[in-house]
Amino acid sequence: MSIPFDKLDKAFENRVRLQIMSVLVVNERYDFNSLKDLLGVTDGNLASHLKGLEKEEYILVNKSFVGRKPNTTYEATDKGRSAFNAHLDALEALIKQRVV
Amino acid sequence: MENNQVQQDLASIRNLMERSSKFLSLSGLSGILAGVYALVGAYLAYRVINPFWSATYDQRGEVDDLLIIEKLLLIAVVVLGASLATGLILSMRKARRTGQKFWNAGSKALIFNMSVPLLTGGALMLVFVWQREYWGIVAPASLIFYGLALVGAGNYTYKGVQYLGINEILLGLIAAIYPGYGLYFWAFGFGVLHIVYGSFMYIKYDR
Repeated sequence: MSIPFDKLDKAFENRVRLQIMSVLVVNERYDFNSLKDLLGVTDGNLASHLKGLEKEEYILVNKSFVGRKPNTTYEATDKGRSAFNAHLDALEALIKQRVV
Repeated sequence: MENNQVQQDLASIRNLMERSSKFLSLSGLSGILAGVYALVGAYLAYRVINPFWSATYDQRGEVDDLLIIEKLLLIAVVVLGASLATGLILSMRKARRTGQKFWNAGSKALIFNMSVPLLTGGALMLVFVWQREYWGIVAPASLIFYGLALVGAGNYTYKGVQYLGINEILLGLIAAIYPGYGLYFWAFGFGVLHIVYGSFMYIKYDR
């Protein structure tokens, strides 16, 4: 029986990226600091993974200002959403095979 | 990729989807206490209204309506203030204990979505009371609009809040049919129902 490893998205191999994506599919927008608090990761770590997802065009970055403070928010693109769903399906299929 | 890791990935996804969009630090105990405050408030209000207990006569021995209204307003404000403060403090404490932020996307959405029906209901009651002196609106409208707020709030916190909301709405509609018994419906809706649902939430989520 073939295990659908190839269906797993390389972009989500890292747990933090997967976590970022799961937050963005249920929330229209999320800002950097809230994301950092929620995931409990460092600034640099989060920024690099966000960059990675942006490069894949899975997320969109909106930069704006609240007063004088920069406020960066992120949202999932359609491409990101379908990639995330496909990845979840693949994970599910993987588990089902192991159980049988 | 280990099976274990797949399971962990899925668990963390599910957890984050829930935690990132909902306020899960709402304290059940604060619901119980709010219910107790409401019952005490209703009892005090009953004593104010009931002429046997009431010391709200003017010099000629007639009932002083304005004084009654002032006393009832004071009771309402104290009950509301105490309930909000308790809810805030206990929820903050629960957030700290579970390592979550109190002020997050979930709590912001929760507060916004509750304030729309609550302010609308409040404004409507003011219009009826001020313009037409129709006090009968207060009990049904406060129950109905509070219920609507809770039904909306259920999307941003524990789902069970919606059932409390539906019960408050039904109670409000029944209260509209029986004017004059407002205080009893009010005591049941804000007192008894809060204690029942608060206990349920306390057992299920707080411990």
